[in-house]
Amino acid sequence: MDLKDLYREVILDHNKSPRQFGRLDPSDSSADGHNPLCGDRLHLTLRLDGDRVSDLKFEGKGCAISVASASMMCEAVKGKSREQVAHLFHEIHEVLTRHDAPVPEDLGKLAALSGVREFPVRVKCASLAWHTLNAALERSDSTVQTE
Amino acid sequence: MSASPKAIAGYDVERVRRDFPILTRLIHGKPLVFLDSAASSQRPASVIAAVDEYETLHHANVHRGVYQLSQEATDLFERARERVRGFVNARSTREVIFTRGTTEAINLVAQSFGRPRLKAGDEILLTHLEHHANIVPWQLVAEQTGAVVKAVPMDRRGVVDVADVAAYLNERTRIVACAQVSNALGTVLPVREIVKLAHARGAVVLIDGAQAVPHQKVDFKALDCDFYAFSAHKMYGPTGIGCLIGRESLLESMPPWQGGGDMILTVSFAKTTFNTLPFKFEAGTPNISGAVGMAAAVDYIESIGIEHIHAHEQRLLAIATEKMLKVPGLTIIGTAPDKASVISFTLDGVHPHDLGTILDSEGVAVRTGHHCAMPVMEFFDIPATARASFACYSRESDIDALVAALHKAREVFS
Repeated sequence: MDLKDLYREVILDHNKSPRQFGRLDPSDSSADGHNPLCGDRLHLTLRLDGDRVSDLKFEGKGCAISVASASMMCEAVKGKSREQVAHLFHEIHEVLTRHDAPVPEDLGKLAALSGVREFPVRVKCASLAWHTLNAALERSDSTVQTE
Repeated sequence: MSASPKAIAGYDVERVRRDFPILTRLIHGKPLVFLDSAASSQRPASVIAAVDEYETLHHANVHRGVYQLSQEATDLFERARERVRGFVNARSTREVIFTRGTTEAINLVAQSFGRPRLKAGDEILLTHLEHHANIVPWQLVAEQTGAVVKAVPMDRRGVVDVADVAAYLNERTRIVACAQVSNALGTVLPVREIVKLAHARGAVVLIDGAQAVPHQKVDFKALDCDFYAFSAHKMYGPTGIGCLIGRESLLESMPPWQGGGDMILTVSFAKTTFNTLPFKFEAGTPNISGAVGMAAAVDYIESIGIEHIHAHEQRLLAIATEKMLKVPGLTIIGTAPDKASVISFTLDGVHPHDLGTILDSEGVAVRTGHHCAMPVMEFFDIPATARASFACYSRESDIDALVAALHKAREVFS
């Protein structure tokens, strides 16, 4: 177990200076994510342009992994189509949960999240933002829980 | 707090540590520094051996068979009850009911004492620092009866003022339920005064002693409370076993909580006669090996002396408080003048969850989260804290390892 796998430079950077932080007003959809185990909460707002997520922002409090994951996710998802987002979600899910899954090259920065799989109790921190995004895309107003 | 409290005369912590086999373990290649005894303490070899011997040589069902083994199991089980009775100074074994733990003991009182008696508008008085186990059972019974749950506030140090308890008590207060020691903050509550005030108003008092029993002498008779709940696994015993100590006259007046075997004298389809105390509240085959282990834990505590354990832990609390406050950005949450050996804290710029992971990589086990006390976290406007807690086997070098790991966490997040 190596802490450097978990707290990679890019993760620490996004935790310290989260991108796409804040709230879009007006927005086309929003969702809340909550991880009761550690108290992480985030609120996600997004704007849609046809099939594309034209913009999205998140706000809330959480551990470094959940904040960095949300920040990198928002950066990566901005401008992508629903289909592309679904593909990305699938890739991230595999990388986080399957110990032997190869890390796809097209993940870019998000590949940094692959270190989380060595720390099973932290996987939920990394996936919170992604489940919240899914909920927002489904136009669900309900709170998402990863516990 | 004194600068460098002296070691407690005659307390040989290294010798105590040799009684706990798990303490020799390596975690991620580093010696285990176990600072989460407030969640569940480790067990000495004597407790492990007592449970093992029971399972190996004496097991059969209790209170049933006429054969030798059943008699042996019954004797061990009832001897365990007597051992626990003496430990907390209950008046008789009829006042000692084995439960799964503190949580079940509180639920038993809420449902068997509270539910038949509470009426709409009656009040159940708690304090702001309670564990969820001493909140939710009361909310459930309040929902069922129309009673109202109220909480005495605490101040920024995590102190509950007796004057506030007095102010919250009124003629509608039926039950007062409070912790003797806060699991999240370490605060020791003035329970003797609270009992007096509540009794003067005619209210019945339950004390959640889960965090008190491992650290200080508890005297049920002298406390004069009506119910006292605690768990074995926080006092060096097994999980899944604990006790409700109850005033006999009240227990007699309460209906059984669960039905089944062992809690009856005669059963016909027309009518069932319930067993006497304490068996009336022990439906089904009990956790016999757990009770045996709990008695062995009592033996262990008494072999060291609870007053010695208390003094040792208080010394560690003073040293840890001083050393931890020197870590830049560290804030201790819960600064009551009278505290058990529990230190909840936050570190600027490092979320408790990240802190827990980094400390673990150094072999240091602390609890992180809301400690099943969400109202406490809300009061301090924080999502979570990290918590270090000390037991009879904790030593000064554990504190140094913790502080070194905290510096490492600051480095990672610098």
